[in-house]
Amino acid sequence: MGIPFDQIAIQTVNGLVNGLILALVASGLTLIFGIMDVVNFAHGDLVMLGGFVGAVTVASTGNFWIAMLTAALTIAVFGALLQMTTLRPLLGRDPLTTILATFGISLVLQKYALWQWGPSARRIPEPITGQFALFYLQYPWYRVLGAFLSAAIIGALYLFLKYGKYGIWIRATTQDRIMAGAMGIPVPLVHTTVFAIGAAMAAASGVLFGPLGGVTQTMGFDFTLRAFIVVVVGGMGNLGGSILAAILISLLEAYASLIVSPAQAVIVSFVALIMTLLLRPTGLFVPTPR
Amino acid sequence: MLRLDDIHTYYGKSHILHGVSLEVGPGEVVGLLGRNGVGKSTTLKTIAGLVRPAQGRVSFEGREVAGLPPYRLAHLGIAWVPEDRRVFKLLTVAENLRTGLDRAGMTEARRNELLDKVYRFFPFLAERRRQAGGTLSGGEQQMLAIARAMMLEPRIILLDEPTEGLMPRMVSQIREIIERLHEEKVAILLVEQNVPLTLEATSRCYIMEKGVVQHEAPSRDLKANHDIVRQYLGV
Repeated sequence: MGIPFDQIAIQTVNGLVNGLILALVASGLTLIFGIMDVVNFAHGDLVMLGGFVGAVTVASTGNFWIAMLTAALTIAVFGALLQMTTLRPLLGRDPLTTILATFGISLVLQKYALWQWGPSARRIPEPITGQFALFYLQYPWYRVLGAFLSAAIIGALYLFLKYGKYGIWIRATTQDRIMAGAMGIPVPLVHTTVFAIGAAMAAASGVLFGPLGGVTQTMGFDFTLRAFIVVVVGGMGNLGGSILAAILISLLEAYASLIVSPAQAVIVSFVALIMTLLLRPTGLFVPTPR
Repeated sequence: MLRLDDIHTYYGKSHILHGVSLEVGPGEVVGLLGRNGVGKSTTLKTIAGLVRPAQGRVSFEGREVAGLPPYRLAHLGIAWVPEDRRVFKLLTVAENLRTGLDRAGMTEARRNELLDKVYRFFPFLAERRRQAGGTLSGGEQQMLAIARAMMLEPRIILLDEPTEGLMPRMVSQIREIIERLHEEKVAILLVEQNVPLTLEATSRCYIMEKGVVQHEAPSRDLKANHDIVRQYLGV
């Protein structure tokens, strides 16, 4: 059975584009897990809320970029409030309590979105509509732009973490919360800020995804699930690993859909998840065991 | 300067400290001796705000500080150097030091001044400033942990078993560091298993047993009177 080269090339591009948008969601999730051991089951719903805020802003301003910025800022503030009211009191408790809490938040947010914006999907119009020829396809430039934007946001996050005082605060708190506090780092503030950053990244991906798949109140679950697979495969709390895993899994799914239908291709990511848990439960990309 | 009155601390349901009272004067180097598991480390953690006392008072420079979060206590001038050092392993040496430098009211000049001072104190840290903390040897990590605490410009350092597992050359270096800190008028509350070193380095010692302070004496007297040391510490 031969698969033509052009199809493979197209699926490679598709996989990379999807992978980078997924990496944007997953890096927020893994950052939050790394620093406060919170498994945030509502992360995908922050993507969804960001998408809706973006859709509403586009409808009133007509500007995609203003919409993306508004969504990121709104959801960052919302995330900070959410962290302070629900997760901060649970810090250091049994992980099950935070799983239940975030799962509850997820349900509340979905019902809120249904009540506020109704059951039908909203589409965010593409900010650029051009296409280019990719073999036999007219490939939309927007998809490429989305991938670049995701990569740029992840790159900015990396630089933020690597240089400057807040990056050091976040990395120190991630490694040893107690020692960070004893060194005068305001740990509760760092936790809230990191949650806000993760929420903003989720919201940005919701807006970026808007023109591709539309925004619905149930889209969050799918993002949560996929981001989780990525975070586990990449190694819980490992930012670089999550990004690589997002790209890897999206590429695998893209290639699989050459052979089976796209709906069946999703199975590939579950297989990757199960194999990882069986063979390398600490994740494929954990650099060195601490 | 630092005063504990009848401190009771619990870990879950287990009662660890049964009414600890002690005092450290400004610039004073005080030892806290006792066998394993009598609550010495817990006493230090309680002072640093990492464990909240169920009962009792901790006052520091005239104000009640029990219940304040650790980062506030660090800003007030209480530095904690834990038993297991807890260097940030994935941060570079310079970044480890920097964790203590970004406080309100710090200027760039003051930051550099403090760094220069610590690099003069520990020249090897300057050479390895770009190296990850986790790549240093045990003794070097201990020095880094102390250097990092010095970044807070503390009024008191709570030093928990700094010589544990170190080779003799490093132990005498720790002894020198304590001496230098004393000259700089930094108070130290030293928890140590190494009794001779503690009696050398401190002016006064408390001896703990089963979660309370059982005995207090000038270190000079303890050196002369082996019976007490033997009675409480079995050495």
